[in-house]
Amino acid sequence: MKFSDFVCFEAIIAELKAKDRDGAIAELVASLDKAGRLGKGKREEVTRAVIKREKEASTGMGKGVAMPHVKHEAVRDVIATVGRSSEGIDFSALDKKPVYSVVLLVSPADDPDKHLQAMEKVFKHLQQEKFRKFLRQAETREQIAELLREADGNPSW
Amino acid sequence: MEKLVCEIGVEIRNADGLHMRPAMQFVDVASEFDCEITVSNDETSVDGKSIMQMSMLAATYGTKLKIKAQGGDAQKAVEALRELVEQKKFDEPAPGEQKKE
Repeated sequence: MKFSDFVCFEAIIAELKAKDRDGAIAELVASLDKAGRLGKGKREEVTRAVIKREKEASTGMGKGVAMPHVKHEAVRDVIATVGRSSEGIDFSALDKKPVYSVVLLVSPADDPDKHLQAMEKVFKHLQQEKFRKFLRQAETREQIAELLREADGNPSW
Repeated sequence: MEKLVCEIGVEIRNADGLHMRPAMQFVDVASEFDCEITVSNDETSVDGKSIMQMSMLAATYGTKLKIKAQGGDAQKAVEALRELVEQKKFDEPAPGEQKKE
């Protein structure tokens, strides 16, 4: 699976306005909604569901990245987008450090395998220090989109 | 002293596969042991104590994984992990079962 298969580049937020976890999630869900990627009128519902999931166990896996996600009927296919915070956001991450890169993933309720494939793709790259660094340094939506496209062409990134 | 090495195969039996929450449970159990634990599918081998690496396996229902433990408590570790994956199924339903509320 490639980033370009499931990431909505149009919804990427290069500088999140939110300073906290719930705000960042709401901002990213709203951005997906604005890009027309959620079912109509589902913005609030999806936001609440992602936050609820996040409260059960943080998706802040350390090293400045978090991947809030939920399985929800508001989408028919896996959809994701990326938000960046230069100041960092408290996600109650495993290593207690702030999160600079947030990947929001919304998956359909009935396709667990596709959800896993998207997760695999995201973490394969997030594990690479170089990729994390570039993602954190990218200052515009275009730069982030470009980085994801390049990663699609370089599986070892 | 020679290192004790134990290797077993397990199969993912919960319907949703090894998504983030099960991956975290796996890492929690693995981290209770001192031995080194690596988990592999056909393509990759990852550190069984790293949540990012475990999430990368993306093992779906029915996937077979190899768990290799090296160190003094290797035997206990692989047994505990087998129980988590195959018996407890990460406290999740198998395909067709109702979700426990």
